[in-house]
Amino acid sequence: MTGTDGRNWPRPTPETAVYWDGCRDGRLMIQRCSACGHYQFYPRLVCTECMRTPVEWVQASGRGTVVSYTVVRQAISDAYAAQVPYVVALIRLDEGPTLMSNVIDGDPERMTIGMPVEVVFEAWSEDLTVPMFRACD
Amino acid sequence: MTSLRGKVAIVGAADTEVGSVPGLSATGLCVDAVHRVLEDAGIAKSQVDGLVTCNSMAEPYMYHAEMIAEYLQIFPRYCISVGAGGGTTFSILHHAASAIVTGLCDTVVIAMADSLRTGVSKTQAMDMMASAGHPQFESPYGPTIPAFYALIARAHMETYGTTPEHLAAVAVNARQHAARNPRAQKREPISIDDVVNSRLIADPLRLLDCSLVSDGGAAVILTSAERAKDFPHPPVYLLGVGEGHGHEHISQAQSLTTSAAVESGRRAYEMAGLGPADIDVAGLYDCFTPVVLIELEDLGFCAKGEAGAFAAAGELGLGGTLPTNTHGGLLSHCHSGNPGSMFALTEAVTQLRHQADDRQVKDAEVALVHGQGGIMSSHCTLILGTEAGG
Repeated sequence: MTGTDGRNWPRPTPETAVYWDGCRDGRLMIQRCSACGHYQFYPRLVCTECMRTPVEWVQASGRGTVVSYTVVRQAISDAYAAQVPYVVALIRLDEGPTLMSNVIDGDPERMTIGMPVEVVFEAWSEDLTVPMFRACD
Repeated sequence: MTSLRGKVAIVGAADTEVGSVPGLSATGLCVDAVHRVLEDAGIAKSQVDGLVTCNSMAEPYMYHAEMIAEYLQIFPRYCISVGAGGGTTFSILHHAASAIVTGLCDTVVIAMADSLRTGVSKTQAMDMMASAGHPQFESPYGPTIPAFYALIARAHMETYGTTPEHLAAVAVNARQHAARNPRAQKREPISIDDVVNSRLIADPLRLLDCSLVSDGGAAVILTSAERAKDFPHPPVYLLGVGEGHGHEHISQAQSLTTSAAVESGRRAYEMAGLGPADIDVAGLYDCFTPVVLIELEDLGFCAKGEAGAFAAAGELGLGGTLPTNTHGGLLSHCHSGNPGSMFALTEAVTQLRHQADDRQVKDAEVALVHGQGGIMSSHCTLILGTEAGG
């Protein structure tokens, strides 16, 4: 949905509320199957590996590596135009699952595949905090 | 499982004007496509008992196929509208062929059109862009559609050494073909240098790596092989069809560089009893240049990682081993959204009827067309031929 700043704000659902609540508290929450130990993201009702329930919530290390990335030169909408050029990346968390995020606080021209990154949290409103990543050692 | 091989045929194919067509709404284009295809097949609308459409973004209706039937006062017994992105068109043909073989209907019109160039407001365009990503886990990060494909291109370059010039060769090939197609939207020649020096949109993709934004529609008529002999044009038989579905969102893809085209292709080849070496002419979905490279590899036309060199060697040209997108493709002929791959299908029919004039592939008897929708998400491969086979 379009947020008050014009950006695309996520609208949490009952299945994802723990994730977004975690972000607001500065914790990146992912799921781990209590039966087979499989880690998964995005949040789901069942384990995609063994289809068993319940899946438990665990705090991820927040560290991962860049699987692929692009530098967006033409923004998706006016609300994102001020950020151009911005980096959209796929990041494999150390626990295994892959997620999409922005890589911020660095020179977009120095991005590389395989580079290590860590999560940082960006408050978009009083209720909404969005996880971002930045380069780390 | 009943094989569809040789049991149905395309007996009509037609395109509307494409490119910038401000004189017609999206609905008007769809109706125009139906009108033209009935004329091509030489039948009356009363002979149509199946109608399949996809919804329009510019002018959506809750029940689009019913809307088009109502507009034309057609009263089918099989009537659906479907949406699965660029793979929609061929998946629909798969389903419509099954409907004919199982007796749901006899003669199906598949018609699709949209007005993305002149019929879409800025708000609609932004909503379309934002809706491509996962609403919670992708869209907040501002990924454009080119950005999604840029992630794929970057991974292919990193893994296989694919270069910007390899990507550019796909765009140059499409333009060379479009130059021979008077109906194409973009016909002025371009060079590799033009592509690699065009404006960056989402690294490594540049403006000329991206497909067009167009108005346009197309339609085909499908019927049983027995009935197909009664139509004015030689039938184009469906020899093989297969689908593969890998994911919806690119962040959930099992691989960025290998797609479910592997499965869709294998299923289509198996049904047809044919392989990549039997294909005379191809239509490969080319919303962005890297997509063609991955399709060439996943459909078995080259080994994994070698499609860049294959394209750069001119193998996709009229004199190459696999003339591809001879109409100019989404990159240079037109891209009107979900209907986009229909033009590869009507081009395949034109090629197999040997009516492609300056761009005719000599003695073409077997064509492969491949569509993909989403972000390399849903794939459908069709193999078509001039003979129904044994």
